[in-house]
Amino acid sequence: MTNTHRCWVYGDNVNTDVIFPGKYTYTLKTPEEIASKALEDLDPTFATQVKAGDVIVAGRNWGMGSSREQGVTSLKYAGVNCIIAESFSGLYFRNCINQGVLPIVCTGLHLTLHTGDSIELDIANHTIISGGNHYSFSPLSPSVQKIFDAGGLLPMLQKQFAAAK
Amino acid sequence: MTGYTFVEKTLARAAGRVNVRAGDILDIQPDVMFSHDNTAAIRRIFEKIGAQNISRPERAVFTLDHAVPAPTTEHAQNHAEIRQWAKAQGIRQFEVGRGICHQVISEEALVLPGEVILGSDSHTTHFGWLGAFGMGVGRTEMAALWATGQLWIRVPETFRITLIGKPPAGVTAKDITLRLMKDKSVGGGAYRAIEICGETLQHWSIDELPVMPNMMAEFGAMSAYIAPDERVLEYVHARRARAVQAADSDPASYRFRPYEPLYPDTDADYDEDYALDVSTLQPQIALPHQPDNVVNLSEVAGQPIQQALIGTCTGGRLSDLEAAAAVVKGKHIRSRLLIIPASSEVLLEATRNGTLATLIEAGAAISTPGCGPCMGNHMGVPASGEATIMSGSRNFKGRLGTTDAPTYLSNPYVVAACAVAGKIIDPAEIIGTMEA
Ligand code: SF4
Repeated sequence: MTNTHRCWVYGDNVNTDVIFPGKYTYTLKTPEEIASKALEDLDPTFATQVKAGDVIVAGRNWGMGSSREQGVTSLKYAGVNCIIAESFSGLYFRNCINQGVLPIVCTGLHLTLHTGDSIELDIANHTIISGGNHYSFSPLSPSVQKIFDAGGLLPMLQKQFAAAK
Repeated sequence: MTGYTFVEKTLARAAGRVNVRAGDILDIQPDVMFSHDNTAAIRRIFEKIGAQNISRPERAVFTLDHAVPAPTTEHAQNHAEIRQWAKAQGIRQFEVGRGICHQVISEEALVLPGEVILGSDSHTTHFGWLGAFGMGVGRTEMAALWATGQLWIRVPETFRITLIGKPPAGVTAKDITLRLMKDKSVGGGAYRAIEICGETLQHWSIDELPVMPNMMAEFGAMSAYIAPDERVLEYVHARRARAVQAADSDPASYRFRPYEPLYPDTDADYDEDYALDVSTLQPQIALPHQPDNVVNLSEVAGQPIQQALIGTCTGGRLSDLEAAAAVVKGKHIRSRLLIIPASSEVLLEATRNGTLATLIEAGAAISTPGCGPCMGNHMGVPASGEATIMSGSRNFKGRLGTTDAPTYLSNPYVVAACAVAGKIIDPAEIIGTMEA
């Protein structure tokens, strides 16, 4: 199944401080508040204009820096369920899976796109279609896919432990 | 067919697989998992999972180190919850004053060469000095580890750093690490595994070996590794022998499991190679507010300093205290000099060998082993506007508690010299020459 998604396009080495400023990490608690600060120091238009189903398309090393989980959840609460990048920081990639947001590693895409452009995403066939070109990406490994499908690490374990009782 | 890196070998072992490659995703069972003052918060997540007991409790370790002795009732309450949880679950827990997690776990030889240790602390890269794979994890991940004993991981690519030459007198592992940070920037490690090698390592004391792996957290690395040499293997051996002799020890226990150091294949595949010649390096200093904002010490000489701190998991070992003592011996300090040993063992040895007496005679203040003001909690936080120079690893804005207190990072000789002079100064100006 192919779905159309609007893109927010960013460059290389975007760090978690500009994705979700550290000063809010202990004070903001509700999903709405957290979403309202997403990308505050990178793109002030993002939080007010993002729509559910939008995706982020970025360059290398997306999410470098602190391990804060809000780097992922702020985008998730804003409606982003998929982030496409040339590469991710290791911790950010982990946080995506653990929070149920799909990280797609795909080379060569972000330089061809501008914010506001649309792409077609066929997750089941690991394919992105953009400007008539097909880009394929690797599936998640089965164990990671299992966490992702459960909605993240905490919900997966909750289900496992509830079933074992 | 190319050979395997250290991480490929050690993570394959932890996953019960024969061969793995960078990029593979595995479920690994760490040999050791630890948490510190954040243990009570992790327990709250653990309870949400619905698990009752910590799986593989023999592998778990708790330390109390980040705010010790408890500065407030709230912190004391946190510690009390952790003690109670440790007791209920039968977890090895180290008390207030024993020291900082990374130092204590090393001294106790709780993790061994070739093993995997996961800790809810970003400086878990530290254990690379023992030839172990150490990685920091989030609180949710530690809760998951307690619940299931395993965690998924993507095998990282390896970035090899080769250190060339003998460092000049007065140039320590800290200077070399700061210089690497400057050359390649914070994030230069880009969540890869770092392998540190080269002839320079032989010139580092055993206390200096952890400095660079420790600060690979600032470098953005997932883990770090130094191939364990004879000295390191002897260190581990002696520590284990001591533990075996302890009255309550059971030689059949998990603690005395066999282990096997692992080394990368000579034809392993590296993502990046970088060589640093240290033979003409000068003492380095990181200026506020980032560990890669590094210059030669001489460029900032004369800046006033109100507080000098020898401590933290990066720079609070015996050789750091001894370096400070060598500089202040027979002098009297002008600015405050705070000494916070990384562990009780460091404190005890510094007491026995006279190092502490020298420091106290010069006017230093000695505190309980632990993290001290490193997280801005207590015990030596600066007033606004006051400059601190320290042997630690992080000088981010606000790290010591207030955003307008500039913090400098340097080696322990420099820290102590600044305390004597009340300003940034080359230690050679205080003690004449750095030649031993
Ligand atoms: S000494 Fe500082 S850097 Fe080290 S574990 Fe403690 S708070 Fe972290």
